[in-house]
Amino acid sequence: MERAHLLKLYTQMLLVRRFEERCAEMYALGKIGGFCHLYIGEEAVAVGAVDALRPDDYLFSAYRDHGHCLARGSAPKRVMAELFGRATGLCKGKGGSMHLVDAERRFMGGYAIVGGHLPLAAGAAFAVKYRGGDQVVLCFFGEGAVPSGACHETLNLAALWDLPVLFLCENNRYGMGTPVERAVALYSDVAQTASAHGIEARRVDGMDVLAVREAVSMAVDHVRTKRRPYFLEALTYRFLGHSMADPSHGHYRTKAEVDEAKKRDPLLLLKTRLLSERQAGDDDFKRIEQEVAQIVREAVEFADASPFPTEKDLEEDVYT
Amino acid sequence: MKATYREALNQALREEMRRDDRVFLIGEDVAYYQGAFKVSKGFLEEFGPRRVVDTPITELGFTGLAIGAAMAGLRPVVEVMTFNFAILAMDQIVNNAAKVRYMSGGQLSVPLVIRGPGSAAHQLGAQHSQSLEAWFCHVPGLKVVAPATPYDAKGLIKSAIRDENPVVFIEAQLLYPTQGEVGDGDYTIPLGVAEVKRPGTDVTLIAYSKMLLVALDAAAKLAQEGIQAEVVDPRTLRPLDLTTLAASARKTGKVVIVEEGWPVAGLGAQIAESLYQRVFDHLDGPILRVTGRDVPMPYARNLEDAAVPDADRVVAAVHQALYRK
Repeated sequence: MERAHLLKLYTQMLLVRRFEERCAEMYALGKIGGFCHLYIGEEAVAVGAVDALRPDDYLFSAYRDHGHCLARGSAPKRVMAELFGRATGLCKGKGGSMHLVDAERRFMGGYAIVGGHLPLAAGAAFAVKYRGGDQVVLCFFGEGAVPSGACHETLNLAALWDLPVLFLCENNRYGMGTPVERAVALYSDVAQTASAHGIEARRVDGMDVLAVREAVSMAVDHVRTKRRPYFLEALTYRFLGHSMADPSHGHYRTKAEVDEAKKRDPLLLLKTRLLSERQAGDDDFKRIEQEVAQIVREAVEFADASPFPTEKDLEEDVYT
Repeated sequence: MKATYREALNQALREEMRRDDRVFLIGEDVAYYQGAFKVSKGFLEEFGPRRVVDTPITELGFTGLAIGAAMAGLRPVVEVMTFNFAILAMDQIVNNAAKVRYMSGGQLSVPLVIRGPGSAAHQLGAQHSQSLEAWFCHVPGLKVVAPATPYDAKGLIKSAIRDENPVVFIEAQLLYPTQGEVGDGDYTIPLGVAEVKRPGTDVTLIAYSKMLLVALDAAAKLAQEGIQAEVVDPRTLRPLDLTTLAASARKTGKVVIVEEGWPVAGLGAQIAESLYQRVFDHLDGPILRVTGRDVPMPYARNLEDAAVPDADRVVAAVHQALYRK
């Protein structure tokens, strides 16, 4: 991979990291409300995966969706404005943290009923096939969605009808506070769930952005050329709590476990690799850090200066 | 031209599928079996399996899939074998179909029709005999239609398919074989427009779907005793055409609402409330409701008959409204 490309992936991961850190601050200040699920620790999955897509491919995500949206190239200031509940947000302040949509980029949304968006992704794939197109639909979801009826019904339909959809399971090991071992029967190999439906599946190290990039490229190629679904399980870890409402560790996992996972921080892994391979130097990282800081600062300033939606907007967009 | 309710739907769907390649039919046994109630008779032959799609028995999955297809530019018509089974898809209908447009700030839309029979037929038991329209009417973002006649079914399903919003289109098993005049060729009836089905001066009967036939039957009986009932069919239950309903209520001063659904939090309660807000001063007495009985549907035919509104109960309610007997 070219140096510029590698640095681009690093920059995108850093953008998500710094953006999310600012979200936490803004949440503490009361600028962001409601449920807010940060993506810190999982950046390599979104960045590596989205990088393997074409602009006309479709994406669906769940409620931990900031990272996917930013990786797809949505303007950080419009994402932040949405989190602030402002009229300039991606969804005019009507969606919020869990329901980011950027239709122009075919980012079809974040959905907050666990498992509920998998059928939607299969539906977009159905539309692609119906029109004879060659787009791919990438569907992100957590391992917590895997046991749901929605997941199994969707895997069955996708396999039955040869739908061009890539199921990307972000296995961060916890559905809120319940570990995968206590939620998924096939916990030691979640991807087997898809194999049971006749869908080719594999597992990838979700902390290594280059491994993710490669696995998703291969999977996307499989879906696009063979016109068959594919299931990828990315092993990842969230460094913070489930949402802003809970700490990073406590009753359900130990500080030692979190600290251990942080040794494989996706940003650290790529940075170490680039430095050791002499693809980049300290100056590069310093420059990227400054660029990203600037983008995030501007995003917060834009959001803060933006107007709230008005009462007039309340009843708009219910129907056409 | 005469046609049954079933044939009217078949014609309308066929014409819409010929008109627009984005329209397709998806559901259990819609293709090879030609529909559990034969609404899609001949479709597989004419349109092929690409556009007439048999599904496994997974309402959540295929309804959600159709919603996703609509978001990506198609115009699906989902057939639920009966609306009882739509309960399995309620999360998809309520949390996705109804809300995607709003949550996205208008970026996405869901031009989708979910259709099939609701209400009781004969002796199908509690799980296959229920009127759930109030559930759907509760949800902003959905439109709900429940036509009673072949003519209305044809014109309204066309409007539903051409609408940019998700439309829940409730038919009735006992209506499928009923006959009526159907307009020739392409006509549509706008959603949200009620119709006076029988003019009258003494009392307003509001009824939709199968209950329209009960109300008309009651009106004929009332006419024999000199009572002229005006029968109004909202046809679309959300949005309700309150202008037409209120005009009739204002004229007669007495209103009886007939619905097959359960009484508690039923649609008639909503219609009554809306009318009180508009025409309270013009009413001679309280609005009365004739509803399904507040029980799961029993199997025994005599108990089932007792649970569903009939003309005699409507006549009795009119007598009460008119302070007769």
